Amino acid sequence: MTAAIETQGLTKRYGDLVAVRALDLHVEHGEVFGLLGPNGSGKTTTILMLLGLTEPSAGEVRVLGQDPVRKPLSIKRRVGYLPDTVGFYDELSGRENLRYTARLNGLFGREAEARIQEALLKMGLAEAADRPVRTYSRGMKQRLGLADVLLKSPELVILDEPTLGLDPQAAHDFLDLIQHLKAEGMTILLSSHLLHQVQRVTDRVGLFHRGRMALVGRVPELAQQVLKGAYRIRLRAAGPDLVDALSRLSGVVRVRREKDGYLVEAERDLRPLVAETAIDHGARLFSLDLEEPSLDEIYRAYFEEVNDAAA
Amino acid sequence: MPRREGSAFAGLGVVFFKEFADQLSGTRMRILELLVVLTAVGAVYAAIQTIKSVVGEDAFLFLRFFTTAREPLPSFVAFMGFLVPLVAIAVGFDAVNGEFQRRTLSRVLAQPLYRDALLFGKYLAGLATLALVLLSTWLLINGLGVLLTGLPPSGEEVARSLIYLLVTLAYGGVWLAVALFFSVVFKSPTTSALASIGLWLFFTLFWGMIAGLLAPVLSPVRYGFPEEILRQAETGLALARIAPNTLYAEATLALLHPEVRALGPVLPQQLEGMVLGTPLPLSQSLVLIWPHLAGLIAASVLFFTLAYVVFQRMEIRA
Repeated sequence: MTAAIETQGLTKRYGDLVAVRALDLHVEHGEVFGLLGPNGSGKTTTILMLLGLTEPSAGEVRVLGQDPVRKPLSIKRRVGYLPDTVGFYDELSGRENLRYTARLNGLFGREAEARIQEALLKMGLAEAADRPVRTYSRGMKQRLGLADVLLKSPELVILDEPTLGLDPQAAHDFLDLIQHLKAEGMTILLSSHLLHQVQRVTDRVGLFHRGRMALVGRVPELAQQVLKGAYRIRLRAAGPDLVDALSRLSGVVRVRREKDGYLVEAERDLRPLVAETAIDHGARLFSLDLEEPSLDEIYRAYFEEVNDAAA
Repeated sequence: MPRREGSAFAGLGVVFFKEFADQLSGTRMRILELLVVLTAVGAVYAAIQTIKSVVGEDAFLFLRFFTTAREPLPSFVAFMGFLVPLVAIAVGFDAVNGEFQRRTLSRVLAQPLYRDALLFGKYLAGLATLALVLLSTWLLINGLGVLLTGLPPSGEEVARSLIYLLVTLAYGGVWLAVALFFSVVFKSPTTSALASIGLWLFFTLFWGMIAGLLAPVLSPVRYGFPEEILRQAETGLALARIAPNTLYAEATLALLHPEVRALGPVLPQQLEGMVLGTPLPLSQSLVLIWPHLAGLIAASVLFFTLAYVVFQRMEIRA
């Protein structure tokens, strides 16, 4: 079985500007893949090329095993796309907007109505379905957008900045919906610059930087690669200073003094050893936590590295 | 170049019916309909009041409803020549950039249809809207005519006025294609509306003057030969006919005034043996306006193709 998305040397140039540079992307079936990066780093351009909405300058693209430039119709039948700022016909109701999409996908009559109702229910929009879209909130429009995508029961869903402009609660709920889709076996490609949100739902991520995919992998792997100390132990303790003692432990990469304790970055889970050290030095121990590294930190660390190298 | 997959018209019907329904249910359309119907009824009513005195003297009385003016109102035909481009522009000026503004374009184009179908569906829906407005106006006038004069129209009159309607639709189609083109080129609906109206004003108000100025430059009369004078007149006419409104006005004239036998300079020797004032049969009037109708359709095709080329190459971001 081929991958859901496969690109080789994918490049897009606008005159002198290279928006996407020799991108090799590989997304498996059933995977949730996050395209991450600052604005203007080439995420949306990549998505447009995957959908055949813009033509690549060079390189190969295969989406669900087909070329989006040669087979645009069959790909668009199987792929759902939610653009970064999704819009609807304001004067029509949510249901009527979905009906238009259904018809464009060749769904008519009772089957279409059943699917529309199902999508609306799933997105929690059944009550608002017959109100004009102009009365919808930003979060409701975003959910209607997802309903619009789900109508055609796509095999692959591409979401461009799906949480942009949502308040934290709405964004959280929206990511829950995405997790449900994953549970149903859909392949999902989503782009975002809000790293901490995406971390929760993605299997693998790719970090974009100036048109290049700088890093790809699972978040812990990336943490290992970029932060070196992938295990971050937060120690709250009072008493004598422990920085030197902790630094001497084997496997510890870095120790930082914090407001009421220490942050220990280590290659392994060193919690027992840290606890022992603290008590041996006569400190009073309040708590000891292992923190998952966040994407934000990986990201920041990576760009510091890149900028240092450039300087 | 390998063939594209599937039909270029997949989804055309869906787009057409959606756009058509939008046009008909929109407030914009209500205003335009009201405008057209009120002016049409007003003009025709006034015309009938004028004509009533001469009932029985004219073989084509029904056609006079369309062409007779009564101060201060212009004739129905003059009204239509003015209103149809406006309605067409109003229907089409935001066809594509409106979708951009509402950010619906990328969502729609992510569905399995080609851009061809979207653009063509929008054009056809606009044309159908125009046709509906024109047809209802036409029916209204006929009904009004029968009611107020008590005379039924003859078969030829019905045929002539229906063909007039068709030519009017072709004329509206030109401005619809112009509006569609500008709606693809300009991102803002205000700009595209202004550009369309600007082009229309240019042709209606200024092109005639420009043609009049250009003709002596292109075909100067140096020695005063009749050939030179004739050539200059013909050049002037050819230039004037670049404007769709000239084509439309001439076609209307030939259709609704059966006694018109030529649309251009006529030489005295061509008039020999002619009985002035006798009407042409419909088929001959049609021969007379055939190039005009073809010209109008060609202009629509030209602008639609331009819109199509620009739209195909456009990158759809949001």
